Amino acid sequence: MTALLRSAALSLCVAAVAAPALAADVPTFEVTLKDHKFSPSEIEVPANQRFQIKLTNADATADEFDSTDLRVEKVVGGGQTGVIRVQPLVPGRYQFMGEYHAATARGIVTAK
Amino acid sequence: MLAAFIIVFREVIEAGLVVGVVLAATRGLAGRSGYVAGGILAGFLGACLVAAFAGGIADLFEGSGQEALNATVLFVAVVMLVWHNAWMASHGRELARSLKAVGEEVKAGRRSLMALAIVCAVAVLREGSEVVLFLYGVAAAGQTTATGIIGGGLIGIAGGAVVSALLYFGLVAIPLRYLFGVLTALITLLAAGLAAQAVRFLAQGGWLNDWVTPLWDTSGILSEASLPGRVAHVLFGYASQPSASELAAYLAVIAVMLLVRWFVGQEGGSPRKPMQASS
Repeated sequence: MTALLRSAALSLCVAAVAAPALAADVPTFEVTLKDHKFSPSEIEVPANQRFQIKLTNADATADEFDSTDLRVEKVVGGGQTGVIRVQPLVPGRYQFMGEYHAATARGIVTAK
Repeated sequence: MLAAFIIVFREVIEAGLVVGVVLAATRGLAGRSGYVAGGILAGFLGACLVAAFAGGIADLFEGSGQEALNATVLFVAVVMLVWHNAWMASHGRELARSLKAVGEEVKAGRRSLMALAIVCAVAVLREGSEVVLFLYGVAAAGQTTATGIIGGGLIGIAGGAVVSALLYFGLVAIPLRYLFGVLTALITLLAAGLAAQAVRFLAQGGWLNDWVTPLWDTSGILSEASLPGRVAHVLFGYASQPSASELAAYLAVIAVMLLVRWFVGQEGGSPRKPMQASS
């Protein structure tokens, strides 16, 4: 059991040291959050393929890119840029929101 | 005010359910309030630190610092819960007989209490940093009056506390001879769910690229966004769209828990004997 835990811990360390792979060679979609609204608020992505959303938060305060549909959550600070990696999607529509301003910050990813 | 309430309520529930399970699991242990309160306080201070340095953390590991931090603290919580269940396996029966912990058991109990205090700290740290960032943002933007934010936040905390208290009192109402079994099962599933979440963060951070697509989708039956879905998510690790790697992590933790219990059982639950069989 200890060996199992140890190897799990070790692989976590290795994972933490190694730089995330594939950051550059996957399709990247740029989205800006301003006045607590996403633009564009609808993005079309290729289905069955990994992609990433580069979110620039042009507002002064932080927001959390949150989507149960896309299975991601990530806080992006005010004036900062964050990369959200999304796993391959089957064709369909997927909602996302800025959790801290969910009334206005809403968007849809369409996978085709 | 409503926005503040919704977010604070949601995050407090997630951390509060974990604290509720820990409180039920430590019932009867001397000095547990200090440990649990200390864990919550440490988690809160940590949450403020994480919120304050959110930008710096996010920039680590090529922009995946947040995912690295989340995955790491989740794995720490899993290890602590495994430790606690191992301890429960050897001491649970004695504790069930008499709820007074004495002598040798108090010492062992402290170590288990420390492990559970760390679990509380981790839960509060993760959810708390989001609350702090959110409330700070609302306050800085001046969208609502300060009283509105504070009011919404306080009602959110109170509401979350009520749900957690319901869980705690529901658990401690279980007859003692079943309580340890229920808690062991609950902590096992809690740990398994945390491990699955950690794996999801590894995928989101870009370290895990295989076994990442959802195996099935039960969001039509129970959505993770709904209150029951959230409670099930925290307590049993319910995920409406688990990937193969998340499922593997979930099952692996359950297997490890069962193995640990088996090893401890083999040793006859002698408190003096260290766990040599496992190394």
